[in-house]
Amino acid sequence: MKEYFGTIFRSVRSLLKGMKLTGYYFTHPKEIQTEEYPDNRATLTMFDRFKGEVTMPHDENNEHRCTGCQACEIACPNGTIKIITKQELQPDGKKKKAIDTFVYHLELCTMCNLCVVACPSDAIVMGQSFEHSVYDKKQLKKVLNLPGSKIMEGVE
Amino acid sequence: MKLILDISFSSFATGIHEWLVGAIHSEGLVKVIEMVIAGLALLVFLVPLCFFLGYMERKVAAFMQVRLGPNRVGPKGSLQIVADTVKLLFKEGLTPNASDKFLFNLAPVIVVVTSMLVMAPIAFAKNFQIWDISIGVLYVSSISSIAVIGILMAGWSSNNKYSLLGAMRSGAQIVSYELSVGLSLISIVILAGSLRMSDIVMSQENGWWIFKGHIPVLISFVIFLIASTAEINRAPFDLAEAEQELTAGFHTEYSGMKFAMFLLAEYINLFVVSAIAATLFLGGWMPFHIGHWHTFNFVMDYIPSSIWFLGKTFAIIFIIMQFRWTFPRLRVDQLLTLEWKYLLPISMVNVILVTVMAIMGWHF
Repeated sequence: MKEYFGTIFRSVRSLLKGMKLTGYYFTHPKEIQTEEYPDNRATLTMFDRFKGEVTMPHDENNEHRCTGCQACEIACPNGTIKIITKQELQPDGKKKKAIDTFVYHLELCTMCNLCVVACPSDAIVMGQSFEHSVYDKKQLKKVLNLPGSKIMEGVE
Repeated sequence: MKLILDISFSSFATGIHEWLVGAIHSEGLVKVIEMVIAGLALLVFLVPLCFFLGYMERKVAAFMQVRLGPNRVGPKGSLQIVADTVKLLFKEGLTPNASDKFLFNLAPVIVVVTSMLVMAPIAFAKNFQIWDISIGVLYVSSISSIAVIGILMAGWSSNNKYSLLGAMRSGAQIVSYELSVGLSLISIVILAGSLRMSDIVMSQENGWWIFKGHIPVLISFVIFLIASTAEINRAPFDLAEAEQELTAGFHTEYSGMKFAMFLLAEYINLFVVSAIAATLFLGGWMPFHIGHWHTFNFVMDYIPSSIWFLGKTFAIIFIIMQFRWTFPRLRVDQLLTLEWKYLLPISMVNVILVTVMAIMGWHF
């Protein structure tokens, strides 16, 4: 008998608890999480951890941090990254390995972040952009190093 | 102010009746024409009502789930249901080859017609009722249980295992919960001493039953809400549809306007159940009065009776909608446990309590 009424009491209490929560959400429209995407495009900010695409940041002198070590290419599980290297003549007469083109196949990328983790010199980061749709598949093949860019001083 | 009060639904109805009597001398013809007018008025009232309820349901669901809900078609998405209806109108009303075609096409009609029949004894405003039948409450509870035949018919004739499962669940559910609904209605009938809807409303002139009847009436109100939610197959008792388990339950095979009729019936049933609860427990079109606060009562009397009725009805509709978007669906065994082990014994004891209270005159 005690158990019977206890069950009723507990269940009513838990049901009222649930209704209190939904009632709270109903009466507090400021809690709404919906992003009205195409409308709020101008003010939309993505989260820090959002992974939209692989990007290679360049500084104001058009210099990047990529040494061409190909660690990202090896780390990539689906062959998204292809690095074409060249031998560059240093001022002291020695030849040094450097990147010619950093090819990034966006159509193959799953945004798994493994290349960014593998990079020893922090040359690539995950970008925030997500509007990637194009009409031609070829446009998804991107070259990340800008034309005429060089490696930053002191990055080995 | 006096002029505005004079224009009420009842004076409008009386005006039509007097005009018809004056214009046509055959009494039978007047009756037939009045029936047609009442039916048309009901349809004209119900279709926008269902549009509004559909919109309200989607908005309430959205806000409770921390979303925005429909907001593209029309201002704040208010025309979304109109757009959906137009879409359903253009869809092909498919009848499966292996189905029992006659029953398949008959089932949605039965479901809609029964839910519309229940509207007859509901008092929408002061002296404004389609049919003030002397057994109003009995009529409501008996007609509303015919809907299960339509649902079983739909499930059986679809020749689809999901439909059949849904229909069978619905049958078990409605047959069991009918008892609790009946017993909670009986407690008000005992107190009011009449089955007639207008008498029940008039008996609440000095206070609604939910206030006058102490805790037993409160219990029967809660039981009525729970059991009638189960009877109209709404979540958390939507085992008959259970879209995650049975695709769409008894209306899996329906499309186009036949599907829309099931949807229409669902919303009419929601309205009817809330209207019955408002009439029996919350005083129907009676305004809210507090004892001897004459000024307060006087101000309350100025609010039209139809506003009172619709306000109470929509408050209960909102509660039932909140049930749907708060509680998870019950399993079949939990459903039957709730009815046979909890609601039915409690409502039986409750009826005895109410009877004792009515005999001893302990209510106000």
